Amino acid sequence: MNTKVLVAPSPHVHSGDSIQKNMYGVVFAMLPALLFSFFYFGLGALVVTLTAVASCYLFEFLIQKYILKTEVSINDGSALITGILLAFNVPSNLPIWIIMIGALVAIGIGKMTFGGLGNNVFNPALVGRVFLLISFPVQMTSWPVSKGLTSGYIDVETGATPLAIIKEGLKSGQSLSSLMDKIPSNMDMFLGNMGGSMGEIAGAALVLGLIYMLIRKIITWHIPVAVIGSVAILTGILHMVDPEAYAGPVFHILTGGLLLGAIFMATDYVTSPMSNKGMIIYGVGIGVLTVVIRVFGAYPEGVSFAILIMNAFVPLINVYVKPKRFGEKRK
Amino acid sequence: MLKTFSIGGIHPAENKLSAESAIQALPIPQMVSIPISQHIGAPATPIVKKGDEVKVGQLIAKSSGFVSANIHSSVSGTVFKVDDIMDASGFRRTSVIIKVDGDEWLEHIDRSEELVKEISASKEEIIKRVGDAGIVGLGGATFPAHVKLSVPPGKTAEVLIINAVECEPYLTSDHRIMLEKGDEVLVGTQILMKALEVNKAIIGIENNKPDAIAHLTKLAANYQGIEICPLKTQYPQGGEKQLIAATIKREVPSGALPIEVGAVVQNVGTAFAVYEAVQKNKPLIERVATITGKSLKNPSNWLFRIGTPVKDIIEAAGGMPEDTGKIVGGGPMMGKALSSIDVPLTKGSSGLLLLPREETARKATKACIRCGKCVSVCPMGLEPYLLMVCADKKDYERLEKDAVMDCIECGSCSFTCPANRPLLDYIRLGKGKVGQIMRARK
Repeated sequence: MNTKVLVAPSPHVHSGDSIQKNMYGVVFAMLPALLFSFFYFGLGALVVTLTAVASCYLFEFLIQKYILKTEVSINDGSALITGILLAFNVPSNLPIWIIMIGALVAIGIGKMTFGGLGNNVFNPALVGRVFLLISFPVQMTSWPVSKGLTSGYIDVETGATPLAIIKEGLKSGQSLSSLMDKIPSNMDMFLGNMGGSMGEIAGAALVLGLIYMLIRKIITWHIPVAVIGSVAILTGILHMVDPEAYAGPVFHILTGGLLLGAIFMATDYVTSPMSNKGMIIYGVGIGVLTVVIRVFGAYPEGVSFAILIMNAFVPLINVYVKPKRFGEKRK
Repeated sequence: MLKTFSIGGIHPAENKLSAESAIQALPIPQMVSIPISQHIGAPATPIVKKGDEVKVGQLIAKSSGFVSANIHSSVSGTVFKVDDIMDASGFRRTSVIIKVDGDEWLEHIDRSEELVKEISASKEEIIKRVGDAGIVGLGGATFPAHVKLSVPPGKTAEVLIINAVECEPYLTSDHRIMLEKGDEVLVGTQILMKALEVNKAIIGIENNKPDAIAHLTKLAANYQGIEICPLKTQYPQGGEKQLIAATIKREVPSGALPIEVGAVVQNVGTAFAVYEAVQKNKPLIERVATITGKSLKNPSNWLFRIGTPVKDIIEAAGGMPEDTGKIVGGGPMMGKALSSIDVPLTKGSSGLLLLPREETARKATKACIRCGKCVSVCPMGLEPYLLMVCADKKDYERLEKDAVMDCIECGSCSFTCPANRPLLDYIRLGKGKVGQIMRARK
């Protein structure tokens, strides 16, 4: 027998899991929400998604090939996720050149300056989104009104999001109960029939994606449950204290980017904590910050900021929050 | 709800290809090489020299301390030489090489198949006979069995746990022993209970062996104090600390031994060997091993004489498949890769696995994407990603603080990592170094 055999330490087998499987799994989970956005915003949604995805791929390729001069790894699926998430986070009538700036900031500053996949501190898509929100506040907050599949791209009728209606209305002294008549019903909001960013409107589709990711064990329940749970509890308390000044938990969960953020952005592997305990602390932090910004801050929506702020705490959480050790001495 | 351990765990493909194959006796080779160190602890001291005639069961190397084990001849014949040869670890170690002539056993060994249920030996006699017979933990760790039976002063054993989990994929030797030697295993268990002065024993079996669970449950009705405990099929259910947590809900503290929580764990194969030693005067000269692999013609279970070359068992199973990329002594999760098939099978050889090259070749390592899966599967509640980085950066202080010494090297982290990072390789390096530092401090 002269067969050359491998000699390496155990384990000798591998689960077969890979970065690609997880990344494309997330992409698959985003498909329902993507289809909903096409359904509500038609051509605009298609143009925005294609632009965002293509730009993310392009910038990642150019930076890896010509600036970092490293191996090009655009096939790992992470640029695709960043592209789709960036599209999900902007209105469907956003001009192409603004989307491209967003993609450049997301990939270039959000991801590549830190060393690429695995090393970035902040969620790249959110870095891009917040950059655009601050730089182009008008374009980023003119939400097209859904006209179904036949919706156009740039020249569309726009309207306000439910969160903005409530925020502005309360500021001008109207009562919450009178404002509630101006926003869509809970069922309409759950199905996505309201103004907002492309991917955030259809709660039902996002929840479908969450279920898929949980079954495939791509993510665990800890972060989504911690985010949504803490928002529900906090807004529930506020609503009970003064129902005329504060909207209830159902409204807060179904509107804005809360579900999108809790399911697809807070759960980003790279920028979330490693241990289950850490994930819950991180999730609750996002929930609390979101409510504080929405209810007491200047912006009507706070999910992006909340996630980015908590991203910054992740290294700290990883250092101080340890998983439960086996046989740990009880104090 | 089936019982299981509560932290981490994985479920690799079970691949129990040889589960239906009854144990057969492997032909006695023409030459055996019996290493004097087949156990954890001090190597035994050879007491035979070139030219000596030996019989089956004769002592050829004497235990050289409390944590050490006797070695017996597994064949009859002439000592060819006592020399350093390569063993399964890849290092050259002293072995007694015997040229086989016939199959003549020492007379006091009872070779009949008859079941002896009556336990006449006293507690002290049992421990002495187990030690004399050179019995070690047959699950793979090969820790001398008599040491575990000698409960240190000030500690009390409350329960004996028999490890019949066989959580390693592919391996089926314990499974077959339970099916074919059920009564012997149960008598062996009662002998161990007597030695430990406990009146309760729990046999933990993963529920992927329903026939063994049913068979032993039926038999156990005739034995006092033995409970059969079906466990969830979850790796590493057979890890000593995990098994204790699963069966009696107690966690062995970090750095302590099972006796700290009143438990003593022995492997099911060990229980069978103890039966043979105490009831039949038979030292540990043969054991059962699984030879298996997806491309192998005949995955099967064999009773082999200690010192038989690895290539013999491969031949018995139909020869080495063309696509073999790795020869593993033991299971795929914790076994050791062999560099040669000329090395001998020893007391710790629970199986031999021939893995196809595509299945075992490592894939390119990618950057950590911080998914946290290694943390969630670690059965000891450690953070493998962090331990790997600390080992790489030689930050031994932090490694120690983050409990690297608790690692049981089950390999769940490396198995799971989507970026194919060699987590356990680095953790082992770190463990070695931290262990050195801790010993130097004492």
